[in-house]
Amino acid sequence: MDALIHNPLVNPSPMRKAYGEALVELGHARKDLVVLSADVQSSDFSYMFEAAFPERFINVGIAEPALVDVAVGLANSGKVPIANTFAFLFATRALEMVRTHLAFGGANVKLAGAYAGLSDSFDGPTHQTISDLAILRSLPKMTIVIPADSLAVRKLLPQVAAWDGPVYFRLCRNEVPDVFNDGYEPKIGEGLTLIEGDDATIIACGVMVARAIEAARLLARQDIRVRVVEMHTIKPIDTELIVCCARETGAIVTAEEHSIIGGLGGAVAECLAERNPIPLERVGVNDTYAESGPYADLLEKYGLSLEAILAAVQRVLARKQASSPHATSEVY
Amino acid sequence: MKAPSMNSVIAASVYPYGIQHTEAMVADLARRAYEYRVQVLRMIYGRKSGHLGGAFSCAEILTALYFHHLRVDPENPQWNDRDRLVFSKGHACAMLYTVLAHRGFFPVDELPTFRGLDSRLQGHPEPQKTPGVEVAAGPLGHGVAIAAGMALAARMDASKRRIYAILGDGELNSGVIWEGMMTAAKFALDNLTVVVDYNGVQQTGTTRHVMPTEPIADKWAAFNWHVIEIHGHNMLQILDALDRADEIHGRPVVIIARTTKGKGVSYMENSPAWHGGIPDNAQFEMALAELNEGARAWTL
Repeated sequence: MDALIHNPLVNPSPMRKAYGEALVELGHARKDLVVLSADVQSSDFSYMFEAAFPERFINVGIAEPALVDVAVGLANSGKVPIANTFAFLFATRALEMVRTHLAFGGANVKLAGAYAGLSDSFDGPTHQTISDLAILRSLPKMTIVIPADSLAVRKLLPQVAAWDGPVYFRLCRNEVPDVFNDGYEPKIGEGLTLIEGDDATIIACGVMVARAIEAARLLARQDIRVRVVEMHTIKPIDTELIVCCARETGAIVTAEEHSIIGGLGGAVAECLAERNPIPLERVGVNDTYAESGPYADLLEKYGLSLEAILAAVQRVLARKQASSPHATSEVY
Repeated sequence: MKAPSMNSVIAASVYPYGIQHTEAMVADLARRAYEYRVQVLRMIYGRKSGHLGGAFSCAEILTALYFHHLRVDPENPQWNDRDRLVFSKGHACAMLYTVLAHRGFFPVDELPTFRGLDSRLQGHPEPQKTPGVEVAAGPLGHGVAIAAGMALAARMDASKRRIYAILGDGELNSGVIWEGMMTAAKFALDNLTVVVDYNGVQQTGTTRHVMPTEPIADKWAAFNWHVIEIHGHNMLQILDALDRADEIHGRPVVIIARTTKGKGVSYMENSPAWHGGIPDNAQFEMALAELNEGARAWTL
């Protein structure tokens, strides 16, 4: 299979730089694109758009509620605004604006949540974002998209801009492995099967996609065939694909750079509970705040490591085995 | 002076007057404001739900804007180059709906459905349901920042369309108002006029008691806005202030309109009880009589 992904995964590239470049490219293609920032454009690299299109860049200062509201006014007047600040601020300080005007009012505003997950690692838990998916996913009509590498940012950003309605685009600050090759053609709302397998499925998003692929390749050496699905759209989530994976593999592991509560794992759990209950294990931050430190070390310490995925696959396979009517003493 | 295209837009409306502030025109607008109060009273009394006090305080402001000042086209509410009005004090929307209906955005017959099941006239404004409503409102404080975004878009489009927002004075408690004020001043948005319906009363008391906002004119001026203060129930002052605001260059304009909460009904005026209070039958009849008298006083 492996048609869409590099084998092995290639050298990491900084996602925020890819985002800045993608913004500029989109700015050339779309004259209605307006980029706003709450004075963090040097962090999230939207300064590249500011340099290219100063007349279409608005810095509202450190004022996230105004950031969203000004974007609402621009959207009302036919612009396609992309508002930029740290991810946690959209889901917390500016949440009422997002709820009232984007989700409820239908304002066609795009939110680019920078430094999501633990990727603002040294700044610590006040700046890390592990609850945004749970919060924003509960808003009717909100669309949530998470690119897994730099190519995904370039492929998905134009779709985010073209999407009819508000979108939350969740971005990593740091270098992430290049996962996809040029055959990757994501479409908002549709999950993608990256590796085939029928023993279990790992459904992953964002930076965890690379780790899910590594986990599947390691397990293949033990003759455990794990399917890997990239779920770049958390809402509306591809329920048909989830149900299909449940029926065909009988066990699912989710992997996300977010709390295990309410994000990708929560969405998959809801789907499975109603449509096709099977063993599920969730890999994510286990209902705690992290700390300051190097990004890779935080991912290891807070349950987002390759080993954590491998262990979750073993647990879910054991549960699958135990619940099977034809259970035998054989282990995988 | 308004852009020449205004005449054709006005011609599409029910409003018979031109752009000069004649005595007949001022009287007509002032009479309408009282007639719309009667309509709002019937809507809220009928549903036993809604906000009378703040609706009555902005009757003249809304009437002046929609029947005289705004370049809008009820036949084509989404006309791209329309002037925009952000109605930030969303709880007073019974008056907004009444003025929009009489301006021709939807049938006047629909007004009694206000706050009922399946109605297009929701308890607070919902842009996707009600023709003429620009943005959602209800949670307070959004008006200035949203209007600033609209004004920035108009500038990017090199459009002469103007942007208006109507705020309550109570919502000046909210921090995002001041964020929006700084943004509009930073970008020198002189295509933006904010009207503060300064009725001095909010839900649980006077604004002076709940959260002192004075000296309010000095505060806006210190934020680099051009400030005009008027009597907010004096139709000629409102019309003149809106015209003057159009002529200010280099700064956004705020019109502090000194108004009376519950204006037009003696027992409601200046009373926090009538922020969300519903009259009983006797009170309804009394209010109706006083408002009808108010309208008659302006009938030439």
